[in-house]
Amino acid sequence: MSGLRRAFKDVMQFPTAVVGLLIIFTLVLLSIYTIVTIPYSEAIRLWRGGEEVWGDNPRAVPPAWTNLFRQQKLPESVVLTDESELVGKQMTAMSDGMTDVLLEYTFDYNYDAFPRDLIVFYTAKYESLAPYVAMFWVTPDGREIRLGDFTSRPSQTYRFDQDDRLMRRLRGIQPQVALFDDPEVDGEQPLRGTYTLRVEALLFEADADLDAKFVLYGQVHGLAGTDHRRRDLSVALLWGIPLALSFGLLGALGTSILSMFIAAIGVWFGGVLDELIQRITEVNMLLPTLPILIMVGTFQSRSIWAMLGWIIALSIFGGAVKGYRAIFLQVKEAPYIEAAKAYGAGNARIITLYLIPRIIPVLIPNLVNGIPGFVFLEAALAVLGLGDPVLPTWGKLINDAHSQGALYNGQYYWILQPTVLLMLTGLAFAMVGFALDRVFNPRLREV
Amino acid sequence: MAEQNVIGKAQNGGLAMDREIADDVLLSVQNLRVWFELRRFGFGHAGYVRAVDGVDFDLHYGKTIAIVGESGCGKSSLMKTILGLNTPTKGDIYFGGDQLTAQRGENLRIYRSKIGFVQQDPYGALAPFMSIQRILEEPLIVNGIKSKEERVRRINKVMGEVKMSPPEDFLQKFPHMLSGGQQQRIVIARAMLLEPKLIVADEPVSMLDASVRVEILKLLRGLQEEHNLAFIYITHDLSTVRYFSERVFVMYAGQAVEKSRIEDLIRNPNHPYTLALLAATSDPDADNATRFRDVPPGEPPSLVKPPKGCRFHPRCAQMIAGLCNEQEPPHFETEPDHLVACWLYK
Amino acid sequence: MTDKILLSVEDLVLHFRTSKGDVRAVDGVNFRLGRDEAVVVLGESGCGKTSLAKAILRLLPKNVSTYSGRVYLNGEDVMQLSDEQYRRQVRWLRMSMVPQAAMNSLNPVMKVGDQVAEPCIIHNGLNKEQALAQASKMFQHVGVPLDFLHRYAFELSGGMRQRVAIAMSLVTSPDLIVLDEPTSALDVLTQANIFNVLKGIKSELGISFILITHDIATSSELANSVAVMYAGQIVETSDAHRFFHEPLHPYSQKLMASVPRLRGHQEPDFITGQPPSLLFPPTGCRFAERCTKRFDRCSQEPPITEQDGRLVKCWLYS
Repeated sequence: MSGLRRAFKDVMQFPTAVVGLLIIFTLVLLSIYTIVTIPYSEAIRLWRGGEEVWGDNPRAVPPAWTNLFRQQKLPESVVLTDESELVGKQMTAMSDGMTDVLLEYTFDYNYDAFPRDLIVFYTAKYESLAPYVAMFWVTPDGREIRLGDFTSRPSQTYRFDQDDRLMRRLRGIQPQVALFDDPEVDGEQPLRGTYTLRVEALLFEADADLDAKFVLYGQVHGLAGTDHRRRDLSVALLWGIPLALSFGLLGALGTSILSMFIAAIGVWFGGVLDELIQRITEVNMLLPTLPILIMVGTFQSRSIWAMLGWIIALSIFGGAVKGYRAIFLQVKEAPYIEAAKAYGAGNARIITLYLIPRIIPVLIPNLVNGIPGFVFLEAALAVLGLGDPVLPTWGKLINDAHSQGALYNGQYYWILQPTVLLMLTGLAFAMVGFALDRVFNPRLREV
Repeated sequence: MAEQNVIGKAQNGGLAMDREIADDVLLSVQNLRVWFELRRFGFGHAGYVRAVDGVDFDLHYGKTIAIVGESGCGKSSLMKTILGLNTPTKGDIYFGGDQLTAQRGENLRIYRSKIGFVQQDPYGALAPFMSIQRILEEPLIVNGIKSKEERVRRINKVMGEVKMSPPEDFLQKFPHMLSGGQQQRIVIARAMLLEPKLIVADEPVSMLDASVRVEILKLLRGLQEEHNLAFIYITHDLSTVRYFSERVFVMYAGQAVEKSRIEDLIRNPNHPYTLALLAATSDPDADNATRFRDVPPGEPPSLVKPPKGCRFHPRCAQMIAGLCNEQEPPHFETEPDHLVACWLYK
Repeated sequence: MTDKILLSVEDLVLHFRTSKGDVRAVDGVNFRLGRDEAVVVLGESGCGKTSLAKAILRLLPKNVSTYSGRVYLNGEDVMQLSDEQYRRQVRWLRMSMVPQAAMNSLNPVMKVGDQVAEPCIIHNGLNKEQALAQASKMFQHVGVPLDFLHRYAFELSGGMRQRVAIAMSLVTSPDLIVLDEPTSALDVLTQANIFNVLKGIKSELGISFILITHDIATSSELANSVAVMYAGQIVETSDAHRFFHEPLHPYSQKLMASVPRLRGHQEPDFITGQPPSLLFPPTGCRFAERCTKRFDRCSQEPPITEQDGRLVKCWLYS
């Protein structure tokens, strides 16, 4: 244990390693935060839930913070339901059993561009007589524009840009633009200020009710933007962290430890067993991993854990075995091993307690340096279409972005965000790995 | 074990012995041959390395014997066979009543643990990543001493015996923190842990500084006298043998060429090889610089194809043609308890 | 007088910087070596003797903190030369070295003949043929059969390899060879052989030697004079005869007493304690802690006094 502490102190001498450790630490904290605030089931729901989960998000828009870098601020979405404080609902009973419902949606609009879409989702509760709805739009400079009126069904969607009468009234200009355009200014520019959407409805039954959700689809959304299915990318980015870390760690750990045992057993027992292991290793090193994984993905399962299992199985009889074997061959000749045999230590004890500790100084840097490889491998598999079909990973994001032509469409954020995270993760482990190399291998310190 | 050896099982399959063993004999090495098979390309047979080719001696309880020889003479292989780490090809070893070739598995493990082993390289003999306490606990744990108190008691006892007191000062240290002499004391302490009756010491001081060597040799001698231990002291330095053993035998090319008491060997060396060894061993004397030493020409022979007859004959100035290069000399007794395998003494 | 002195080392200091402080490996060493003479530097592990060899030959590692003093070779102070000048003019031309475990440091992928020839090509500017011819001559001097010129290091025994290493140090005909523990890993007969070789070289080629070792018995095989090193300093310098018969410094006396003798009758002695660390050597006499003859003056560093042509650093003699 004191050896580990000493090693840690030595590693801290390298500034790059300190940076790397900070990044890793941040990633781990984020993972914990993610898993706690968005539990697995919730994450799956958010990622695969369907329209009801992400229906309110705009499609394929950049993150909201990109506005910091824009001169012309793009609008963020506005979602108003009657639970919101910005919504006023008044129900006035009138004579002859009818109720007048007045819903007022008030919001500020201070952007330099127009919204993507304007939709109101109505839910009406009634027995047989449907409520009648009329909508009005009030601009900050006091103009009132009549929108549409209709009889509501139990679930009714009013899309502003699909209302022909409104289009005619607006002289053919898209409602997203026309309703916000500043009349004083030449050209199209939104008028800043407070807008109101007024919904006046008439209920014909005593127990009838009407609720509505007004969604103004912006051009930026959230922490990380959205994808082609309107999903908030931050879910995938955040959940990608623990997935990448665990994949990388399990892969590197599993491979290193198993390779180490294989090498130790081969060296210790020697003879036919050693020859066998060496031949298996040599053949295995020639096998093409990726095509085999493609076959596994196609015929068996694309689950990330199945893939991991196969990757480990294909990696353990690899080059590392040769390297460890060389070291073990030397260690095996050490006098203290002979002494152990002389005082009656058994094979298992010698291998685990006397041989293997000698390889730890080599194992640890190898392990840490191997983690980025596994992280990238997972991403690469996803980009090739072999990614886990269920889990939201960074590789999946890149895959989606690629297949949706994100770069052609200028949706750079979609590719850049997961890529940068991958890079940071890889870089962090690599920097720590280099420092560990130098700590455990003092001769490299002068390099 | 990964050695490529054991081409045939011992001929004494566990019943008849070559020689009767007296009651006070602890170790009896009888006609021991240890041959290693040479493999060509891992499969084909390419001859045998006859590391030990006919060694025979008895060691009594509480007595010391020194085995002297140069590298390649087979003393290491002999030592390892006595320790139970190699299997005899022919002949056998009887230790405390147990026949080596009859031991297998757990019995073999127990056999090995009864002999203490002090190695040449004090630093290499200690696991560098274990504390001294851990190093000393290992043989006890392996041999079933389950109680922690018992282990601590034994460790403290042996630390006292090797004069590393107080033990607490050393137990938490790691080998690289100790000097060569201290490391060797720990090795000796470890050898004493299981209360052996026999200790085999392989060049125990050759890697230590001159001023420390004598200290360690005296320590070993003190332990030997106090516990009535039998000792096998293996070395190539004749000058230390006087301070440590009563009897000595000189090994050359896998065989014992001369066996005697140490004083007799120095006073009256018989075998030409022994004479060469003695002549080549220097005492500090300024006149050494003025004369050349007589060294037999050539090198020790290959153990794969040893010379016919006496193995030293190609280098021997007194070789008798027709005899020395034809027949292996038997042991002749030149004075009581002084045997030499040389035709000159027929 | 200067004619007979080949090498004169004055106040040689070599300190290394480490994370724990400065290791004062060579802390003010003085000695002289005449032509055709062999001096033995006797010392145990940790006394700085290998560093002394490196200091004389300027084979320094990167973490040197102090390197000073004067090294007069044939009257010229070679410490004044730049590293490049030193490399071209001195190292391996006038002074060469057989490092510790040289037999294990031979190039495994080069034929031994080529290895021995290489210094000639580099330092003397000979072409390959001439260099190989020179190498063959050296093989004869050290007693290695000529057909070994085409063999590789692994084909040779330990003794043969050590001879090859010696040949390598000889091939450029230097005036002085430093040998660091040349026989410590070798068997007794091989040791005797190597010393025979060295004696032969000394008388035939007139080369001087500095032999660094901890083995007192074998050191007497070559020594004309002896310098005893302890904790980075030379504590006694003497001609061999008087040294081996009657050493002056208490440490030397203890060392002599600790040699097990084949033919003598005394019970050998040993020295309790350990040599001081070269990181923080004690003030005053560095041996005082382990010396049975110490007295209160020993808390100050003793001067070097001359006793009848011998030099000793001990208050008992001043």
